[in-house]
Amino acid sequence: MESERPDQKKTKQLGEGEKTASGLMGRVREETAALKERAIEEAKTYKDPQDTQLWKSIFRVSHDRADPRNRSLAILSNVFLHLHPAKINRDATRYGFTWGMGGITFYLFVVLTFTGVLLMFYYHPQKVLAFRDILYLEHDVPFGKLLRNMHRWAAHLMVITTWLHMFRVVLTGSYKRPREFNWCVGVVLLVLTLLLSFTGYLLPDDQLGFWAVTVGTNMARATPMFGSEGPLGPQLGMTPFNDVRFGLLGGSIVDSNALLRSYIWHCIGIPLVASIFMAVHFWRIRKDGGISGPAPVMLESELKAVKKK
Amino acid sequence: MDWHQLWIIASAPDNVPIVAMLFLVPIFTWMGIRQARANDRLIVRLEGDTKLAKTHHRKVEPWRPGWAKELHVWPYLVRIEFLVTLIVTVILFVWSITLNAPLEEPSNPNLTMNPSKAPWYFLGLQEMLVYFDPWIAGVVMPSLIMIGLMVFPYVDSSPFGNGYYTIKQRRFALGMFGWGFLMWIMLIFIGTFIRGPGWIWFWPGQTWDHNTVVFDKNVDLHDFIATSAIGKFLHLGFLQSTAGKAIFGGLVVGGFYILGGLFFHWLMTRGGLDRFDGSLPLTRRLWLWITTKDKFESKLLARTSLLQYLTFQFFAVSVLLALPVKLILRLALTIKYVWVTPYFNI
Ligand code: HEM
Repeated sequence: MESERPDQKKTKQLGEGEKTASGLMGRVREETAALKERAIEEAKTYKDPQDTQLWKSIFRVSHDRADPRNRSLAILSNVFLHLHPAKINRDATRYGFTWGMGGITFYLFVVLTFTGVLLMFYYHPQKVLAFRDILYLEHDVPFGKLLRNMHRWAAHLMVITTWLHMFRVVLTGSYKRPREFNWCVGVVLLVLTLLLSFTGYLLPDDQLGFWAVTVGTNMARATPMFGSEGPLGPQLGMTPFNDVRFGLLGGSIVDSNALLRSYIWHCIGIPLVASIFMAVHFWRIRKDGGISGPAPVMLESELKAVKKK
Repeated sequence: MDWHQLWIIASAPDNVPIVAMLFLVPIFTWMGIRQARANDRLIVRLEGDTKLAKTHHRKVEPWRPGWAKELHVWPYLVRIEFLVTLIVTVILFVWSITLNAPLEEPSNPNLTMNPSKAPWYFLGLQEMLVYFDPWIAGVVMPSLIMIGLMVFPYVDSSPFGNGYYTIKQRRFALGMFGWGFLMWIMLIFIGTFIRGPGWIWFWPGQTWDHNTVVFDKNVDLHDFIATSAIGKFLHLGFLQSTAGKAIFGGLVVGGFYILGGLFFHWLMTRGGLDRFDGSLPLTRRLWLWITTKDKFESKLLARTSLLQYLTFQFFAVSVLLALPVKLILRLALTIKYVWVTPYFNI
């Protein structure tokens, strides 16, 4: 319908070409006025963005703020928010209970992924090039220094917040039944967080990272049975050229291969595994009945005998 | 006192997070303890008043009849999350603008960094290298710590304190965690602030001397005993033979596990000092604390299965006790190994 209109207008104008200019102008003015009217009418319907087709197609529900059903749907029908239940225990929103530490840790992981991808645009995991890329990033790339600093400090902060999160879980006894397994998933996440930091440390290929990784991987030499200098290692045929350290470094010294392996673990391997574990971690929080508290206190008189299975 | 040296260490950009932790850990510990205290008071009150226990909503959080038990996540939780991400983002921006990430010279295998330190959160491991051989410090201990952490929920048989802060009901569990956490922080602290060139002990404020020579004056336990006055008097020279030291070391380690186990067994049922009448003199209370069992803790111990008990004992003695004992042996008595065999040394 609408697309036909300009055509009609055109044919009309062509047909009445000999008409006087004022007549033509009059018609144009008339049409413009009508169009304006239409536009105003239509704009009124856009006044509430939540009523637009675009909004509804994205969010699937209108957020009529007073309607409790919509508040639930706002959570349930959003892929990012549906990690949450629609409703939670009134006291569980108190900042003092969880300190928001798990959430902050996750947010830092997101920040690290974002800044990390940007860093990847400027970085070659190769001897000589790697160090130059960092210098380039610090001195020439717009906001490069800020980008590098942010990735660095977010990583340190993530280690701290993961510890504090774990500390909170201990203090509130949240590892107890039925959350034992999620605690174990958490321990794996802690280890992965530390490994992410460690693999990243080598990447600038400066003295700091090089020697830290040298010291770190030298310990791998001493792995019992699988290291060339560990107990039972030599007896099982381990040499510096086939033990675990060799596997980690892709060689017997920290060199180009080690840089490449570090890079791949840091940018692909560990983040991938960590994401999977985080997905399980969050899923289990829901399945275990949400955040553990603040729960009503239990009294000594309520202690039941241990169930015999 | 060389303040400059101390400042160099504390202000190294990669060490700033530890300095931050010096503030963050106490703040959050205080936040936890404050809530635990409030809950503990409530528990005492409700335990003394069975009627109230039936009607009270059992939380320290305020509550009024008529209030909904649950809230909508949108907006009441989502808005907090949003606010927190904003704050974290601002902190990160400020931190990143004011402090630059370190970058040293390009890597050079021919020029050893001295001291060559791992990032601060790994310094606990690196410091452990002083006390144990690399296969223990670098492989066995980290594995034991990881597995020990994973095992913890399964050996803590107490149903108390699930989802609320309390100290009173979880003294032993919190004590063990706290002890581990403290030890870890202490190792990191030593590794960061005290170890200097050659991984030598420099007190905070002492100037790092790059020319200090490390001379190994450490001795093994069997030598220490065999060559001591008592050892000579008792003719313990045979301890220095290959078989002698292997058997001796095995006995020492076995004895350590037995004594350690007894120690934790004793500690498990102690409870708090506040279970005694406060009007008694402190020494009397201490004596009673050492010699008598706490009823509540004994009840919890009785619920623990044999498997839970033994698993806990294994990790407690192997990590929580072995680490400080070896640390003291090394630092105070300069003992290197307690068990020397042809295959491994501990
Ligand atoms: C990458 C690291 C981690 C992330 C992103 C993460 C994320 C979260 C989040 C968002 C929550 C919801 C409650 C809260 O915010 O406190 C949570 C809960 C929990 N986390 Fe983690 N976590 C991580 C590491 C850990 C670690 C290291 C542990 C323990 C060893 C752990 C154990 C738990 C447990 C048991 C819960 C349930 C707590 C409750 O119900 O009160 N998590 N985690």
